[in-house]
Formats: sequence, structure tokens, C-alpha cells
Amino acid sequence: MALAEPKVTLDLARGLGLTADEYDRILRQLGREPTYTELGLFSALWSEHCAYKHSRVFLKRLPTAGPRVLQGPGENAGAIDIGDGWAVVFKMESHNHPSFIEPFQGAATGVGGILRDIFTMGARPIAILDSLRFGDPNDPKVRHLVAGVVSGISWYGNCFGCPTVGGEIAFAPEYAGNPLVNVMCVGLVRADRIFRARADGIGNPVFYVGNKTGRDGIHGATMASATFDDKAHEQRPTVQVGDPFTEKLLLEACLEAMATGAVVGIQDMGAAGLACCTSEMPARSGTGMEVELSSVPQREEGMTPYELLLSESQERMLLVAARGREGDVRRVFAKWELDAVKVGTVIRDSDLIVRHQGHEVARVPVDALADGPRYEKPTAEPAWLAERRAFDPLTLPPPEDLPIALVALMGSPTIASKDWAFRQYDQQVGINTLVLPGSDAAVLRVKGTRRALAVATDGNGRQVDIDPRRGAAMAVCEATRNVSCAGGEPVGLTDCLNFGSPERPEILWQFAETIEGIAEACRALEVPVVGGNVSFYNETSGQAVLPTPVVGVVGVLEDANRHATQWFKSPGHRIALLGPDDVSLGGSEYLWTRHGRVAGRLAPLDLGLERRVQRAVRAAISAGLVTAAHDCAEGGLAVTLAESCVTGPARIGAEVAVEAPGRIDLVLFGEGPSRVIVSVAPERARGFEAAMAEAAIPWRWIGVTGGERLVIRTGRAAVSVGLAEIDNAWRSGFERHMA
Amino acid sequence: MKFGVVVFPGTWSDCDFHHVVSEVLHQPVKYVWHRERDLGDVDCVILPGGFSYGDYLRAGAVAGRSPVVEAIRDFAAKGGLVLGSCNGFQILCEAGLLPGALLRNECLQYRCQSTHLVVDNVDTPFTRGLRPGQVLTMPISHGEGKYQVDAPALAQLREHHQIVFRYATAEGAVTRAANPNGSLENIAGIVNEAGNVLGMMPHPERAAEAVVGGTDGLLLFQSLLGSLVEDGTFLKR
Repeated sequence: MALAEPKVTLDLARGLGLTADEYDRILRQLGREPTYTELGLFSALWSEHCAYKHSRVFLKRLPTAGPRVLQGPGENAGAIDIGDGWAVVFKMESHNHPSFIEPFQGAATGVGGILRDIFTMGARPIAILDSLRFGDPNDPKVRHLVAGVVSGISWYGNCFGCPTVGGEIAFAPEYAGNPLVNVMCVGLVRADRIFRARADGIGNPVFYVGNKTGRDGIHGATMASATFDDKAHEQRPTVQVGDPFTEKLLLEACLEAMATGAVVGIQDMGAAGLACCTSEMPARSGTGMEVELSSVPQREEGMTPYELLLSESQERMLLVAARGREGDVRRVFAKWELDAVKVGTVIRDSDLIVRHQGHEVARVPVDALADGPRYEKPTAEPAWLAERRAFDPLTLPPPEDLPIALVALMGSPTIASKDWAFRQYDQQVGINTLVLPGSDAAVLRVKGTRRALAVATDGNGRQVDIDPRRGAAMAVCEATRNVSCAGGEPVGLTDCLNFGSPERPEILWQFAETIEGIAEACRALEVPVVGGNVSFYNETSGQAVLPTPVVGVVGVLEDANRHATQWFKSPGHRIALLGPDDVSLGGSEYLWTRHGRVAGRLAPLDLGLERRVQRAVRAAISAGLVTAAHDCAEGGLAVTLAESCVTGPARIGAEVAVEAPGRIDLVLFGEGPSRVIVSVAPERARGFEAAMAEAAIPWRWIGVTGGERLVIRTGRAAVSVGLAEIDNAWRSGFERHMA
Repeated sequence: MKFGVVVFPGTWSDCDFHHVVSEVLHQPVKYVWHRERDLGDVDCVILPGGFSYGDYLRAGAVAGRSPVVEAIRDFAAKGGLVLGSCNGFQILCEAGLLPGALLRNECLQYRCQSTHLVVDNVDTPFTRGLRPGQVLTMPISHGEGKYQVDAPALAQLREHHQIVFRYATAEGAVTRAANPNGSLENIAGIVNEAGNVLGMMPHPERAAEAVVGGTDGLLLFQSLLGSLVEDGTFLKR
């Protein structure tokens, strides 16, 4: 059959997102001109999204090894041994570009994609966390995006049946043109039954399983590898459409097929669809693959080889079965009423051979596709940075109205309650959720063991903006500290690195510095990075997002019953502040909400101290010494205390006195790492003091819980606010925009 | 007491009910696939939560016409115990085993939250271990839980004491503010006239262990187990 295909030229290649150099490279690697279909393969596989062209040289710096690591980066997801024969599988991915074009489906398919990454490893997903960033919620367009993204996540996760247990939502004008939708999924698998995305065994059959292929999402990976302009909405057809019901069937069918022993390897058809799976799977195994595209289940007529290979239709997998076990695969998928069609075979020659109705349409070495170009592009510190960092926030007048300043912070959309979003998410299906969203970290039990997992995400774009290296290190510290504050020992980390165009030296500098910061912190805290995702080109009409590394951390609690939450439990408990006095208003939430500035310097970070503080908190929790533990983060000590007063089931006040150097706004609202507040029942105070002495960290008692107000004294000044006022501000700060 | 947990494509509370029955109540339990026409040897069938067939048509509409539901119809007619929660309630209404329908929540959004239920009827196998007016705490998780029925049918429900649970405040007051989805008369759960088929939107399986969501849901199961004993001794354990 003759297909009317465009003639392959350099211009055509450029139109598909390839550069002239890359096109030359294709000519050299093939020794000839590519066919149109082959050009499509290269354009997708060599997109930034798939090939990590600009980031790979930097990503090598991240520590990825550790005694518990069963699978590091490079697979569908990372895996960590948690004991008793169980492994936790997790990864975070971005779906920023599609979510801006079409927020509901963009976010929904973001959830769908990360769920598949987890269950292709053989793990049953047990938790979803979403890290979202939007522009100013006063902007109706931003509200439309928030509502669309939240309902998309809700629709997909709820229907699929995986609880959404955490994440954060933060706001800054830099995200107006490019919202960030980063989704993390956590799953459980027996440690000896992890599946990988490999095409081993010459002659093994290759099955296409799951949803049928349509024309949706063609060139989604290419779309996600470019910046937007004011015509972004014309890209809507590149956004995929999700079907969570089919995903649920695919989950059950995949896990059941895996249990039969018939599955050799399996990969999610995510970005770049069939093209990606048919090249990456054999490339990992040193094999090749031949496929016949006319066998691919299709829901549209007349699809070309190009379209079939590049479609990003959702809820599909490519599965390599053991020869002779085809019947098991077909039987299981038939039970779940899903297609399972043999479309190819694993071959010895390391080529991808694609046929359509018997005619060869592509023959490319799999390594040429899977090992895309790598660039080491120039980096340069942004010219504006030195000036921004030189700004001293203490040259601004101190607030005269401390209570109003505190209430305003509690009501800032970033700090305020996110119940409006979370109540739209099923948080409990699976009945593992011991700590629901709303504390520093969610806690999930591991049925059949005494253990539990603590999970949290974090990433503060403003801090990274004024100091990428330290800001990124602080993000790692904060996410691990969140997990520690729930009682979990951090065992692994995944990251989603959201930046503007890497072709701009100052953006690439931010990225390189960020990687260094993450690497330093992970090395010091001994937390390996086992997977993640880079999202470049988050910019519209030249305006890039704040450099935003989001990190997701998984921690293990040896005893599920010994976990902590952030809120005060009853009056009369003593309150202690753990960690250093060093804080700064630079890059703080206070400086932004009060003065509209992102400037100054971050507080110093001592990674050794960070580690000791976290260890001390975990030890105190596991010994049953504390009744609450809360990480000091956005809004500083005052907001941390206020959150502990009002975020629990009962409002409980506090009266504290903090003698610390510096101006009152610095003491109350300054932000800095390695700080935690805890509450301790009076009868445990002696035991707690002994534990802290052993931990060799700075700490002190600062007050006691009780009453209807939060009172903080420092020096001669004091701030006293009624809890009802704090609570109202916190409950309505975000929701009032969405009502 | 032998339990069967029905699994439709898209069901997701099946494993949770299975866990509660086998690990918490230590009773025999099996899964029943949606194509089964014979329930086998079970005393109580559970229709769990989820999105059967994706609920793309109407919640429970396709499942309500599946082979297993025909088997359940016969089972219920012979007095077998049927508990439908969440999607299970929707399926029972779609199948006509319970009157009324569950519409989209009044807020037009999905709701996952803790709710308080006041017990109106303790004369069913599912509630006989409870006190009239007792307040239970159990979570809901649904997008279509607004119970609706026409006036004559509502009169019948009242007349035959078929309203079992109503959304209420922690003190047991049935108020509009305590109604999470706009249900008629705050209805959260009803039984058929014979009292052996219970449909409820809340999730008792998510409130069956102290560490996750409390133990009020367990009271329903304990009522069921006790109801076979017939002397109420389970209450004293």
C-alpha cells in the first residue's frame, strides 16, 4: 500500500523539533536519509522529554546508590527494600505542559502515567501525592486552572482507586503562564517480584495490551519539549485523554499476568508511545525488536505507521512474554476484557524493524534511538541575582501590627488549608492511611507487617530562585524533615525538576546549581535518588517559572503505631524548639506576602546538624516521648506554632517565649532549615530532655500548650492572637478564591 | 458466617471488605466475580465501592444489570443478607432491589470526608447491635451520593421504617449543614421492606480498625454476626 507521506527534508525535521545538527547525526547513524516514519521516531525519542539531552550530564552528579536500593534511575520507577521481603516503588513525574493546555485531562493523564510507571514494576499503587504550582489565585484564569487540575486528579485517582494522601499547592505569579503539575505515586511489591522494562530472550513474543490506539497525544513529548507562546491552546490535540476505568482493569490484568510467571518484561507506553517502548526495551537488553503495526488495536481508521508509533493514547503497555506462555497472557487480559495482541518478536540484531501490512517502514538501531544526543551547553549565573541577593530585608520597616501580619500569613493561599482540594480526593481507599493529608507527611501502614511508610513532597521555588544550590538542598532537607516529623526514616527520594528553557545559560545554571544542591543534601543525609523527571521549557512568551525542584521522599517507620502528627493534642503539654536560631527573611513567605519581594539571602544550612535534628526527632517519636512534631517551614516559627494550634481535630492554644537574636519579624517569620517544634506530655519531659542531650543538638523549652490564644513573647514584644481568628484565616485563605 | 465480596470491573473496595472480614472479623470470605450466576454457599453478600464499568453511564447502571446481580436478586428474595456500600448502594438502586436513586452530589464535586450517622432503625440484621439514635462516625467517598426518591416511595420508606442511617451532627442532630451531598432527608442508608438488603453511601470497612478511621463500622458486622446467634451475646463480648 502506498502511503502519501511528506518528503523528508531538513525543514521537515526542524518542524518536528530536531536541530540541523541532530538531523546530520541521524544521517550519519543510518548512513542514509530516514523515512518519514523513522524521522518521527527520532524526533520523539530525541525530544528533551525522552532523551534528557540537556540534563543528563548534570544528573550524573546525583547519588543513586545505597544498601536498600533495589532499582535506581533508568527504569519505570525506583525501588527500595523496606524489609520483611517488601519493596516500595515510587516516582514523581510532571505533566505541566498538557495541564496548562487542558487542565482536567492534562492532570488526569499525569496521574494515569505515574500510576502505570508504578504498576509496570509489579507494584500495587497505594498512594498518590500531587505537588502543584499556580499563578495568583485572584486571576480567574488561574482559578480555572486550579479547578480543572484538582478535578482531573480527583476524577482519575478516585475512579482508579488509589488514595491521594498528600502533596502541596503553592502560588506565585511566575507560574501564571505555566502551572506545575507534579504527581508522585508510591506502590508496594514483593522485593523478589519486581518487573523491569526489558526485552530479554530472542524469539519471545511482544504483546500490546490495554486500550486501543487513537490519534490523541501525537507528539506530546515534542510539545512538552518546547516553550509556549500565545498560541499554546492550538496544541490542545497533543493532550491525551484519560480513561481511569481502563487503567484500573490494566492494573489488575498486569498484576495477574505477572503472577502467572508468563511476563518477561513490561513498559508503560507513556511519552512517545509505542516508539519509546519498542526501542528502549530492547536497548536495555542488548536485543532488537520487530513489530507489525497493522496488528495494533486501533480505535480510529486509516492510522499511518507514523501515527501508530507516536500516538500517546493512554492506558497501554508493551509486554514481552515468555515464549510458549502466550495463552496465559491472552487468558488474563480476556478476563479483564482488554486487548492483548501479539505485535512483534524479540530479535537478535539490535534493530527496531517496523512493518505495516508486511511492508517495512522503519529499520533503525535501537541504540541510536535510545541514546539520544547529549549536550553540555553553557551556563551563566543570572545577571540580576547578585543584586537580588544583596537586598537586606531588615532595611524594610518591622511590622507594627504583628497579629495582623500573622493572620495574613495564615491566610496566604500558599500556607492556608487545602481542604477544598483534598476533600475531592479519596484519601483512604485501601485502608492503609494512618495519617490523612494535612500533617507534615502522610503515613500508610504496610499490611502484614508492623511497618508503615511516611511520604511527603516539597519544593520552594522562591528559595531556589535566590539561591539555587542552597534552596534545592533545603528542599531535600524539608521533605526529609517532614518524613522524620511523622516518625519515618527517609530511605529514598524522587525528584521532579521544573525549569524554563535549558537553551538559556542562566536557566541551565539554575538547573546545574540545583542538582549540586540536591546531590550535596542527599549525600549528607544518605538518601539515594532513585528516579525522577526533568521538565524544561516551562516558559511562556519568555517568562520562565521559578526554578522549582520538587522532591518526594519516602520514609520507613519500624512500628506503624509510633507515628506523629503536627497538631497539639491536649493542653498542658510542654513545647520545645529543636534546631538552630539561624533564620532569614530572604526568600520567605513573609517577605513575599507583606512586601511583594523575592530577594535576600537564605539562612545558613548545616547538613550535619540537619541530619542530627531529624534523627533526634525520629528517636523521640519512636520512644513515644512527643505528642506532636512539626517542621518549621514557610511563615517561620509563628506560622508553625499557629498550624500546630489549629490544624488538628481540636483547637489548642499555646503560650511561648522565644529569646533569639534579631528583630521581632525575623524571630517570628524568618525561615531556616533544621528546625522542628514538638510537644511533650509533662510526665515525659525528663525522658525527652535525656534524649535531646544524647542527640547533641541545640534545643530548648519555649512554652506550653493550652488556652484559646496563641501568645508568642520575644524580648519585650509579644504577639497574641485568638485561635478563632487564626483558624478562620487559615481555613478560608485558599478556599475563598475557589468558592 | 460466610461472606462473598462481589467484584465488578472497576470495583475497588473489594480488597478492603475482604481484609476486614478475614483479618478483623476472622470470618470466611471469598470474592464473587461479576459473571457468576451462582453465589455458592454464602450467608452475606457484599457489594463494595468503586466505579463499576467506570460508572460512565450512570453510577451502578451497567453493574445493576449484570449476571451476578440476578443471582443476588434470587438470594435476597430467599432472605439472604446483602450489604451494598457506596457503589454497591448505587447498584442496588439501579437493580431495583432498593427504591430511589443516587444523584450527583449537590456541590457537584466528589466528597471524601468523615461523616456522622444517626441510627434510625435498629430492627435490621445490620443494626440490631446498635441503639436507636446512636451516632456512628464513618467516612464517605463519592461523587454521586445524593439520595432521591419520589413522595409516595418516601412515605413508604417511612412507614416501613426503612430509613436506617441519616447524616447528622456529632450530637445526632439531623441538620442541613451535616448533609454532605444534599440527600433527601439526610438519608445515608436504607433497607428493603424485608430488612435483609442494606444500601448505604458511607464506608463501614474504612471504620473497622482503631488505627484507621475508628471502629464504628465494625458494629454493623458485629450486628450481623450476632444476628445469626440470635441471642445478642455478641454485644457483651
